[in-house]
Amino acid sequence: MRVEIRFAGFGGQGIIKSGIMVAAAACIYGGKHAVQTQSYGPESRGGACRSEVVIADDEIDFPKVTEPDILVVMSQHAYNEYAETVKKEGTIILDPDMIPNEKEIEGVKVFRVPATKMAEELGRRIVANVVMLGAFTAITGIVDKEALKKSIKANVPKGTEELNLKAFEIGYEFGRKVVEG
Amino acid sequence: MAGEKTVLTGVHFMSGDIACAEGAIAAGCRFFAGYPITPATEIAEHIAVRMPKVGGIYIQMEDEIASIAAVIGASYAGLKAMTATSGPGFSLMQENIGLAAMTEAPCVIVDVMRGGPSTGQPTLPGQQDVMQAKWGSHGDYEIIALAPSSVQEMFDLTINAFNLAEAYRVPTLVMADEVVAHMWERVTIPSAEEIKIVNRKKPSTPSDKYMPFMPDDLVPPMACFGEGFRFHATGLTHDEYGYPRTQSSETQMKLVQRLCDKIRKNADKIIRVEEQMLDDAEIVVFAYGIVARAALSSVRKARQQGIKAGLLRPITLWPFPEKHVAKAAEKAKAIIVPEMNCGQMVREVERAAKGTPVFHMPKLGEEPHTPMEILEFIRRYGR
Repeated sequence: MRVEIRFAGFGGQGIIKSGIMVAAAACIYGGKHAVQTQSYGPESRGGACRSEVVIADDEIDFPKVTEPDILVVMSQHAYNEYAETVKKEGTIILDPDMIPNEKEIEGVKVFRVPATKMAEELGRRIVANVVMLGAFTAITGIVDKEALKKSIKANVPKGTEELNLKAFEIGYEFGRKVVEG
Repeated sequence: MAGEKTVLTGVHFMSGDIACAEGAIAAGCRFFAGYPITPATEIAEHIAVRMPKVGGIYIQMEDEIASIAAVIGASYAGLKAMTATSGPGFSLMQENIGLAAMTEAPCVIVDVMRGGPSTGQPTLPGQQDVMQAKWGSHGDYEIIALAPSSVQEMFDLTINAFNLAEAYRVPTLVMADEVVAHMWERVTIPSAEEIKIVNRKKPSTPSDKYMPFMPDDLVPPMACFGEGFRFHATGLTHDEYGYPRTQSSETQMKLVQRLCDKIRKNADKIIRVEEQMLDDAEIVVFAYGIVARAALSSVRKARQQGIKAGLLRPITLWPFPEKHVAKAAEKAKAIIVPEMNCGQMVREVERAAKGTPVFHMPKLGEEPHTPMEILEFIRRYGR
């Protein structure tokens, strides 16, 4: 088994952190092999940004993503860039408020999670990435829910654990409902 | 002040830069001077937090010239010392890397390679400094350079670099790349007892008989400032007492030849490579750093298709593992060298392969070679 996941958006959305938290969950708390790589420009905020995770049963030789099974995308620019790189039968999880213009992509399952709006309702837009991670966990089932919660707790700034776990649960519930239709 | 554990024994999920910083501390490094630069900044950032807690010193200097100068000073004062930078900073350090080589100051310099020349592409990977590592400063000298290709190796090889620097009294370079440095992976940190640590040889002669540059098996024992020995160190050509001999051809020949020989004559002991499926390989892929990960994947894919491919990965870039290349070349129909530059280590491979065709795969920019790209080359020459 080798699963390739790409998180994409713009700098400041927590895209890189999302990848690290998923990879750490799979590797440290989930007993699998996992690696996270990243790509971003010199700007600290606002530039295009992506974070890639490979999860596998065996040791991972090539750590980069070439054809993602799953794309989690949070900006129109990133969507335009990467939507068509997703493997056939693959999955796109997107924030519809950040991506008003979608393309027709054949053979790919699309799930719409208004993570930014849900995070705003929680009072902190900055946790939108964690809402997305909750939905991602429920929709894909690739990473164990408890493992990811442990990973979030270990990786977010001290004092924000409760808020982040709440954001995760809200996203998870949303994702579960979306999958169950 | 001190109090935190120096060796974080256990299984961690870390970035390459953080693993490098932890490797340095585990190796006994207690002095870091640097100037932040992408993609090496996280090394300084992590060390800035950790070093004071293990009784060490972190200084952010005004630039990279000062950083390496401070590192040499700290080394002479008896500490294991390191700096970390990327291309533009590595260029600024070159003159003082020569000073470290000439004064035989053990130290570690990490260069996380990004796209050059000049400021180039700060956040993207490159392997464009590997020849600069060897030839960057003027004059004849030798250094040791290592190329990690995983986060685990960012930890392991940083320790290794300190051990080599101490054993041979030579600046030792960790030539990482942006992908390996920013990548997050599992790292297993052994217990402190399991980590092999080498310390510089100390003089056994009394202080009035001590000659700081009198070699013992090519490497002179090193007294440090403040230990009660008479000591003179200079970048000028010097005799065994450390005093300048700027007009003596004999001293120049003896000294500079020894600076080269202490590495050249110990090359077999220093050089480490990873060999995968090389025994019967007709197509050999020679790759290092992050590119070696793609190369291994491509070699495995080629084997599945019945092509006898193998990987030769130099862990030590300098001294160059020419015997390993020559041996692999004997049986090979072709050697493929994918590198993130326009052709650097490939020249060494050609020199060592003695006639076996060598094909270069240059790649610049955001992405290292993919396994499929290398596989295509293997298939082309493996028929």
